Amino acid sequence: MAERVNRFAVGSGGWELASWYFMRLSGILLLGLALGHLVIMHVLHGVETIDSAFVLGRLANPVWQVYDWLLLTLALLHGFNGLRIIIDDYVHASAWRMTLQSIGYIAAFLAFVVGSVVIWAA
Amino acid sequence: MKVHFRIRRYDPEKAPKPYWQDFEVEVEPTDRVLDGLHYIKWYQDGTLTFRRSCGHGICGSDAMVINGRNRLACKALVKELGSRIVVEPLRGFRVIKDLVVDMEGFFAKYRAVKPYLITRSPEPEKEWIQSPEDRARFDDTTKCILCAACTTACPSFWANRDFIGPAAIVQAHRFIFDSRDEGAEERLAVLHSRDGVWRCRTVFNCVEACPRGIDVTRAIEEVKRLLLTRKL
Repeated sequence: MAERVNRFAVGSGGWELASWYFMRLSGILLLGLALGHLVIMHVLHGVETIDSAFVLGRLANPVWQVYDWLLLTLALLHGFNGLRIIIDDYVHASAWRMTLQSIGYIAAFLAFVVGSVVIWAA
Repeated sequence: MKVHFRIRRYDPEKAPKPYWQDFEVEVEPTDRVLDGLHYIKWYQDGTLTFRRSCGHGICGSDAMVINGRNRLACKALVKELGSRIVVEPLRGFRVIKDLVVDMEGFFAKYRAVKPYLITRSPEPEKEWIQSPEDRARFDDTTKCILCAACTTACPSFWANRDFIGPAAIVQAHRFIFDSRDEGAEERLAVLHSRDGVWRCRTVFNCVEACPRGIDVTRAIEEVKRLLLTRKL
């Protein structure tokens, strides 16, 4: 029983606090960024007028580069952090949890690199 | 009125698996579910096992799943439920027999948050003084009766039995926000752990389940915000 109680004294709560705060901040930012993206790509310009030249033209402007990179990065981290929390909640076998979490971290890193390269090298 | 009770029974000494058993009971519409259970136990099947103590919604002994929701059998009136009443043990705890569940882990978490006044300052000559405003700060969480209705309604707890659970956080809140208490750091350390408040996903099931009407999720969020503002 004592063991059971003591486990609450050891914590990695700092990380969880940061994650919790990040989810709230990024959520608010993403709401604005995603809605802005939606308006530009689907309301102001019809999908039929959007081609690679249009996208490259926008990405030539540093403002849109930062905008798109923020949208991409925050959505990526927000989404993968959510996935991390779900795995933490539902996968209890430590080998499985480590495997799935590792896949998540690698996939998030790869997607981040590929996305960043596309935006900044455009 | 005639009421059909359908009860989830389990006796590991007789059968390895739980099963449903039906009872027809004659009750008044103003009777409580607890009265129906008493009638069954006293006149139909003495082996039916459940916990109850005060019978008036204060001791917290008879929380159970009634028609799919966590309620106190002594507060749920038959007229509010209709003529078909389904009773099951609380979810997420090991069932010992029938409606009696193992609450050892639940109380271990309760003890983990040190649910008693901790003071370090020299004792005053008379009592510790507290203003009505300071008393009001934690009024809501003083109402907890430790029935476990909130914790066993929580999907985070169902998914992860190590989660400290809403009831223990409510109890910690009651002392953390008490102006006379000086043990907040010890409690916050427990709530700040991996299986502390950060496992809460603000599902609000606890608020719906609480028979005392406590704003459980609000209390949990207040602890989270305190942890955050302390850090920033």
